[in-house]
Amino acid sequence: MEQVQPVQIAAPVRGWGQTMRRDAWWLQPLAVFLGLSTAIGYMTWAALQGEFYHFGPYLSPLYSPELLGGSPHSLFGPQPTWWPALLPFSPAFLILWAPAGFRVTCYYYRGAYYKAMWADPSTCAVGEPRSTFLGENSFPLIIQNIHRYFMYLALLFLVFLTYDVWNALWFEDAATGVASFGIGVGTLVLALNVVLLGSYSLGCHSLRHLVGGRHDRIAGLPLQRSCYDCVSGFNRRHMLYAWMSLAWVTFSDVYVRMCAMGIWTDFRLL
Amino acid sequence: MSSATFRIWRGNAEAGAFEDYTTEVSEGMVVLDAVHQIQAEKANDLAVRWNCKAGKCGSCSAEVNGNPKLMCMTRLNTLPLDEPVTIEPMQTFPLIRDLVTDVSWNYEVKKRIKQFAPRKPDAPDGSWRVDQYDVERVQEFRKCIECFLCQDVCHVLRDHRLHDKFIGPRYLVYTAALEMQPLDTEDRIADLANDHGVGYCNITKCCTTVCPEDIAITDNAIIPLKERVVDQMYDPLTKMLRMFTG
Repeated sequence: MEQVQPVQIAAPVRGWGQTMRRDAWWLQPLAVFLGLSTAIGYMTWAALQGEFYHFGPYLSPLYSPELLGGSPHSLFGPQPTWWPALLPFSPAFLILWAPAGFRVTCYYYRGAYYKAMWADPSTCAVGEPRSTFLGENSFPLIIQNIHRYFMYLALLFLVFLTYDVWNALWFEDAATGVASFGIGVGTLVLALNVVLLGSYSLGCHSLRHLVGGRHDRIAGLPLQRSCYDCVSGFNRRHMLYAWMSLAWVTFSDVYVRMCAMGIWTDFRLL
Repeated sequence: MSSATFRIWRGNAEAGAFEDYTTEVSEGMVVLDAVHQIQAEKANDLAVRWNCKAGKCGSCSAEVNGNPKLMCMTRLNTLPLDEPVTIEPMQTFPLIRDLVTDVSWNYEVKKRIKQFAPRKPDAPDGSWRVDQYDVERVQEFRKCIECFLCQDVCHVLRDHRLHDKFIGPRYLVYTAALEMQPLDTEDRIADLANDHGVGYCNITKCCTTVCPEDIAITDNAIIPLKERVVDQMYDPLTKMLRMFTG
C-alpha cells in the first residue's frame, strides 16, 4: 500500500483560545460547562442524602429502582446489615452508576464535555491548551467503546421508571390503607420524565447501529428497517433530548424531595 | 454603494502578513466577489483558487472571520462589515501562496482506502438489484464536493497535526460510502481502527458544522463506523453472537 507523504505544515498551530473568530464562540462551551456542572453537582448531593427521595406513591428517579432501602418502594428489603458502618449508605449508590455511565459514554455528551470540560478543542477553529492528543484511540478513552453495554442497562431502567409511573397512579388512603386510582402533579412529573428519558435513550447511536445500522442492506429486513427508522427519528434530536431529559430527571428529584420535606404540596388532579 | 475593508492574508510558506484592502460592496455580493474585485483593482497578484462560484466545485475554501467557509457561498450581508473582514487560507494544509493551500495530502490519503469491490452480479446480464432505501443511506455521502473544510476544522489535523495517523472526516465519509454500499464486499474495519485512526475522532462535530453540503458527517458516517469497529474489536457479546449466527 502506498505511503502518505509527510505534510510540510507552514501555518503555526495557534495557542489556547487563539482564534480569528469574531463571534461569541466561548458562549456554547460555557453554557455546556455550567449545565453539566449544575446537574452533576446536584445529583451527587441528592444521591448522598439517602432520605426524602420518596413521597406517597412517588419515587425519585435518581433512586429508582430502589434495590435496597428503607422506603416502601424497595425491591429487596432494607439496607443490608453487612453494609460497613463507616460507609454512608444511600439506595442511589447502588444504581446511579448505570445511567451516569450511559450519559458519560454517550456520543453526544462525549463531544460536548471534551469541549466544555477539557478544551479539546474549546470549540471549532479555536486553539487548544495541549499539544498531545490520544483521542479515543488508546487508554483511557478507548473505554468509551463500552457505551452499548450501558445502553442495555439504560433500556432496562426505562422499564423500572415506567413501573414507577404506574405506581404513581395509586394513592393509598391513610385511614383505610386502600389504594385508589388517581393522578397528581407528581404523576405527571414522573410520566414526563419517562417520556423524555425514553426519547433520549431510544435515539442512542449504539442502539441505532444495533437495530439496523450494522447492515448494508436493511430494506429486506422489515422489522429492523422500522426500528432503524424509529431510532433514527429520535437520533436526529439526540442533543435536544439529552438536555431535556437531564433537566427533567433533576427536576423530578427536586419535586419529590420538596414534597417529601413538606415544602411543596402535591396537588391531586384526579 | 458602500465600502468595506477586507483583511487578507498575503504571503507564502516562509513569510506573510495580513493586508487591508477597502473596496466597494453592493447587495448580493459574496466574499469571493469582493476578493475578485480587490484582485482586479488593487492586488493583481493576489492568489486565490476558485472555479464554479456556485458552491459545487469546492475550490474556494478559506477561513472568513476565523470560520472555515466556501468564499463563494458566504454572503457579505451575513458578516459585520463595520470592521475588517479577515480572509485567510486553510490552516490545516501547507500554504502555497496567499489564499491557496496545497491539499494534495488528501489525494494521497484516498489511495490508501480499499476500493469498491462489488459482489457477483444478481442477473445474468451482469446487473445488480438494489433497493432504493439502501441506496439513499449512502447517497448522502456522495454529496461531498471535496472542499476539505471538514479536514481544515478537524482539531486532530488542525491543532495536533496527526496527518500520518488520522485520515480525517472527509475520508471517513468516503469510507462510510464504500463500507455501507449494499453491493460492496470489502472489509475496511481493521484499517479504520489501525491505519486510519477512527479512534482519534472525539466527536466534536466541527466537521458537520462547517460542511457546505449539510452532510451529517458525525452522526451518519463517523459514529456508525466507530460502532462497526466496536462490533469487531471491543464487543465480546457481538463476537459470540456472530459465532452462532455466522
